[in-house]
Amino acid sequence: MSVAVREAPVVVPDAPAAVNDFAINVATANGSGSQTSNGVLLRALFKMGIPINGKNLFPSNIQGLPTWYIIRLSKDGFLARREMTDIQVCMNGRTVAEDMERAVPGGIVIYDDSLPVANSRKDVTYYGMPVKDLVKEAGLPHALRDYVANMVYVGVLAELLGIEPEEIEAALLHHFEGKEKAAGLNMQMVERAMDWASGHVVQHEGYRVERMTGFNEGKILVDGNTAGALGALAGGLSLASWYPITPSSSLAESIEKYAPALRTDPDTDKATVAVIQAEDELAAIGMVVGAGWTGARAMTCTSGPGISLMSEFAGLAYFAEVPAVIWDIQRMGPSTGLPTRTSQGDILASYYLGHGDTRHVVLFPANPAECFEFGRIAFDLAEELQTLVFVLSDLDLGMNMHISEPFEYSDAPFKRGKVLSAEDLEERQGSWARYMDVDGDGVAYRTLPGTRHNMAAYFTRGTGHNEYGYYSERPDDWEQNLERLKRKFETARRMAPGPVLDEVDGADVGIISLGSNHDGVEEARARLAATGLPTNYLRLRALPIDDSVRSFIDRNATVFVIEANSDGQLHSILTTEEPAQALKLVSMAKCDGLPLSARYIVEQIQQALEEELI
Amino acid sequence: MSTRTRADAAARRAARPAKTNRIGLEKTSYRGRPSTLCKGCGHDSVSQRIVNAAWEMGLDQTQVVKLSGIGCSSKTPAYYLGWSHGFNSLHGRMPSVATGAIIANASLEVIGVSGDGDTASIGIGQFKHAVRRNLPLIYIVENNGVYGLTKGQFSATADEGQFLKYQGVNDLPPLDICMEALTANATFVARSFAGDPKQLEALLKAAINHRGIAVLDIISPCVTFNNHDTSTKSYGFGRANEIRLHDLNFVPEFEEIEIEDYEDELEVELHDGGSIVLKKIDPDHDPKDRAAAYNVIQRSLDEQKLITGLLYINEAEPTLTELLNLTDTPLTQLPDEKLRPSREALEGVMATLA
Repeated sequence: MSVAVREAPVVVPDAPAAVNDFAINVATANGSGSQTSNGVLLRALFKMGIPINGKNLFPSNIQGLPTWYIIRLSKDGFLARREMTDIQVCMNGRTVAEDMERAVPGGIVIYDDSLPVANSRKDVTYYGMPVKDLVKEAGLPHALRDYVANMVYVGVLAELLGIEPEEIEAALLHHFEGKEKAAGLNMQMVERAMDWASGHVVQHEGYRVERMTGFNEGKILVDGNTAGALGALAGGLSLASWYPITPSSSLAESIEKYAPALRTDPDTDKATVAVIQAEDELAAIGMVVGAGWTGARAMTCTSGPGISLMSEFAGLAYFAEVPAVIWDIQRMGPSTGLPTRTSQGDILASYYLGHGDTRHVVLFPANPAECFEFGRIAFDLAEELQTLVFVLSDLDLGMNMHISEPFEYSDAPFKRGKVLSAEDLEERQGSWARYMDVDGDGVAYRTLPGTRHNMAAYFTRGTGHNEYGYYSERPDDWEQNLERLKRKFETARRMAPGPVLDEVDGADVGIISLGSNHDGVEEARARLAATGLPTNYLRLRALPIDDSVRSFIDRNATVFVIEANSDGQLHSILTTEEPAQALKLVSMAKCDGLPLSARYIVEQIQQALEEELI
Repeated sequence: MSTRTRADAAARRAARPAKTNRIGLEKTSYRGRPSTLCKGCGHDSVSQRIVNAAWEMGLDQTQVVKLSGIGCSSKTPAYYLGWSHGFNSLHGRMPSVATGAIIANASLEVIGVSGDGDTASIGIGQFKHAVRRNLPLIYIVENNGVYGLTKGQFSATADEGQFLKYQGVNDLPPLDICMEALTANATFVARSFAGDPKQLEALLKAAINHRGIAVLDIISPCVTFNNHDTSTKSYGFGRANEIRLHDLNFVPEFEEIEIEDYEDELEVELHDGGSIVLKKIDPDHDPKDRAAAYNVIQRSLDEQKLITGLLYINEAEPTLTELLNLTDTPLTQLPDEKLRPSREALEGVMATLA
């Protein structure tokens, strides 16, 4: 019997800090106004041309619980979450001890000097900010003091790192939508803090920012939910019905925010889109199904717990063949505990949602530009296929700010699918059948309520209908219907957005991943390549999978399936649908509430390959 | 012999000119498919009243949508208005489907049919929220106090102390559909009895002309599971205990007002131009007075009487579609260019994100 000797995996450390290449972690209390400060920092850095990414790790709470905001700067454009913290800002007494431990050796800790802390580490530099005194000296109205206190660390960081004050001021004006008074009050605090810092803080060679070019030009800074909302509004949305749930609420709220500017009919000054906050998720999806059946483009947005409540309507929409779109901004569920932490745990649930024999089209946008694009494409697919389409985003993509390509305007005709008008019916002398596969693609023709022809009407039920839409419990009628739905699913396979492939000569290790994992995967691939391990990459953009997935697996010796849930849900779908190649597929599934880091992916792949060799 | 008699009758019918309505249709074209409900079911009477009302009003069936939830009552949309689109949706969820359909195409006349389980048990939330939104919907509850399709369980409108074969005694008080509608700010609340065709047809026509939500709670006996005289939802009880608040007459806008000589009458103008004329039996009841409506309902509960008629009406409140300020052209009929922003409008938003 041989004993496998396991060696410690080769750990590839995050690259050491350098100009425009480090991470800042800001620890605050929820509800203290730090969102403004963090947003302003992020935007100022973005406007200096530096590739950045901001991840908000927030609790399920309105006020008081700890919140962290991680800003990563990466001159090379790697925008995944960085595990190491170079500069730690401590504004929260409840977490200050552990926060100070987080900084890397050689790092910097900036803290509110009123916090009860012992400066014990010798390997980091401490700067205590006299936040209270600086705020007091500023002589601001009492009600505002707590909020502007967070501008102190903005000023100190600006001085320490060399962030251009003009960009901070511009970012403040942007945040306050041009209101100069509000921006001015905050800028006053920033400048006071910069003054203080210039006499107390020593600038560090590695931790500096410099204006750069080559990455941010022409790009925008936006969260995925805003992008999805704009995409839907540009894609013909007529009804959005929703029920508040983190992290999807901001998608619906963005639709409400932008609808007046984007969807007011200039001829009549009336709305061409409706937004309804429903009484619950069941009503939200019910309204979508009612509107889709009547011929309007309708969507709802929700998260895992809402998906479970919508499952009965999902089954109905599938078998009644009603176009509908559900945006699922994934998080952990149920509601208690970790609802504000990211996850990709709804892949299996949404693919199969219903009561058996249902498989839905599921789209996986990876960045805001794709959220925008899928805003329209989801409606095109839903109407062309007369079915429910899911768009699976997640908290990281949906709520965090990302650098994105600007959204492209499209005036391509909407694909409304097979709808018979009164004239079509007249031509056919009223002869048509709601569930008959006339074209061989499994998609039948429908009519819309209100069509002025006395043969237009049909009666809609879930199951139990024949080709003519008449009530039937005959086994052969139902089997025939299921056969047609299978053909329709094959049509969906051809229509859904195909995967994005990036293959390297000589590589035989593949990676399949989806959605917001993209940033982590790309960085991990670069690091692996640097250690002599080039990899091929398939980024899945939709279920059902098309043939290119099979051939990709074929071309690789091992394929890692990377996803942010601990079930390995995508892995299980791929092994079910490609059983002949199942042994090549290695699940790399992690769910700790944080976006996947490159470091995790690199370590896992190295470890797995190492173990395989022994 | 009998064959000849039938043939004679058919020949006589054929010779008679068919009676048509104002859009030139015979009543038969307002029928649906044959009912599969139990013989004598109150729901079939309601379906017949819908056929009559729609025919007499001359409704264009292609502009009508029939929706329902799940249950015996919810099967009925297949049995009337065969030229109208119908959707037998999910248990208790008809109101949300109706909301979506109405927003998509606000020019449609939408008739929702539900039962007491579908409305007062599983669907109470959606029912009350549809009412609260003043959705322009005719919401018919065929109320028999019992689950039929699942074979005889109590619903939330079952009487306290009532006995059912498989369930024993119900010891919970009933929810009253009209009371629930009123507390949710309904703008049209009526109660009727499946065995009172004249009143029911007048109320249906008035409901069609009402601008907001019209809730009709129709006591519709279940002949199989709940037709004991002890039940307030039985034919026996209804016939013995029905008290009409008023004799009703509906006058559509296309007919001249020429009615019988009513004493103490009240005319209510409806949104679409018609009017409902009530000859009051109870001189105290003013259907525009919400507090009076509460009193009538409370009295009917206290006295265990089936008080029927138009309990409350309010033509002033805006409907959901009015509040949404949607284009007059239904959203489903807007061309692509109206359903997306102009290039300039999107660029304006993009500029704020750059």
